Amino acid sequence: MLEAIINGLSGLLAGSQYLFTDGLPNLAMLFIGGVLLWLGVKKEIEPYLLVPIGFGCFLVNLPLSDVMDQHGVLRILYDMGIMNELFPLLIFVGIGAMTDFGPLLENPKIFMLGAAGQFGIFLTLCLALILGFPQLDAVCIGIIGACDGPTAIYVTSQYAPHLLGAVTVAAYSYMSLVPIIQPPIMKALTTKKERVVKMSVVKKSVSPATRLLFPIVVTAATGLIAPKGLPLMGMIMLGNLLRESGVVSRLTSASENEIANVVTLFLGLAIGGTMEGHAFLKAQTLAIFGLGFLAICLDTVTGVMFGKLMCFMTGGKVNPLIGAAGISAYPMAARVAQVQGQRYDKKNYLLMHAMGANTSGQIGSIMAAAVMLSVLKGMGII
Amino acid sequence: MDNVTFGITVTIVGMGGTLLTLWLLSIVMVILKKIFPIKEESKPPAG
Repeated sequence: MLEAIINGLSGLLAGSQYLFTDGLPNLAMLFIGGVLLWLGVKKEIEPYLLVPIGFGCFLVNLPLSDVMDQHGVLRILYDMGIMNELFPLLIFVGIGAMTDFGPLLENPKIFMLGAAGQFGIFLTLCLALILGFPQLDAVCIGIIGACDGPTAIYVTSQYAPHLLGAVTVAAYSYMSLVPIIQPPIMKALTTKKERVVKMSVVKKSVSPATRLLFPIVVTAATGLIAPKGLPLMGMIMLGNLLRESGVVSRLTSASENEIANVVTLFLGLAIGGTMEGHAFLKAQTLAIFGLGFLAICLDTVTGVMFGKLMCFMTGGKVNPLIGAAGISAYPMAARVAQVQGQRYDKKNYLLMHAMGANTSGQIGSIMAAAVMLSVLKGMGII
Repeated sequence: MDNVTFGITVTIVGMGGTLLTLWLLSIVMVILKKIFPIKEESKPPAG
């Protein structure tokens, strides 16, 4: 009887005992989970993602937690939507439904800024290879430079699932830090004369038919060029088609609200579940965070440099600051360009142009991932 | 394939492909705007 009671009590104490013996990495991750929750709740940094990720991290690192075991709740969510890439794709439907591509269609030349803003992906990939990461791991680290959470999750869950937690947290953290990371680079690379360039007012020149055909044409064209990225592009364009058709308001509303919210919750929890201490706390995680930071800096550098080139080629009609908005962090990067422009001339309104560059960055990031996957397929690597 | 060849190939073909695709998309959008121009709102009759 006494032995049974002692055995029972030892069962209750096993967790605490584990935490202070083999569980030190878990203890550190409980702290990191707490930091993520604090950043989300108190600092409001990407709260919709960081709160569920932080709590998922907390759940999986509690001693002897079985939430990521075969029938654990987070494992079920992971298998249900991350292992098969469903969740990031569903989020893309919501993003497409929320995004107005109008400013981009008003000035299609700005499309090129969305391509320039993806250089960081490829340069970071090369750096990761130099640091000794395996090829597919390097691809997934480079994709942080897309500044696009769902794309990073989509690619990493397929080709380097062991890096999913680090890549996702890095991608979302740096996306939220865009207002801090970008301005010093924008200032360093531009002259005062360039920063005060005023761009012409955006005229309404896009017909409803063009807006409606845009998602269909983009899906068809990009699907032909890079079929491996068709699920990504197809889903974001489906969301946009729902929005622009104007006849399925309930579907549009569900995509941008209910579906996106539920999926974001499940996605965040499942990603938090991949942050188990023994697997997460490695030197390579720190390297991934460092490379991710570099990726976003490089995106900004190449975006601004391309903006300068466009400024030169158009005889000073393009403000190079909008080049920094050619990344996927929407609409944050566009706001940064607007704020920086107004710092030097309060009457300079760059927002609509920057929005165009920013939405082209969304398409550019998906396209860069799609092209890269198709190239890898062509090379026989995937 | 060694890492150097891999990195250079993916960077050149990947970045080149991305630039080319977005350039093509920008041209397609210009053509679409020409085929489906925005209709001017009809002005109310004078008087």
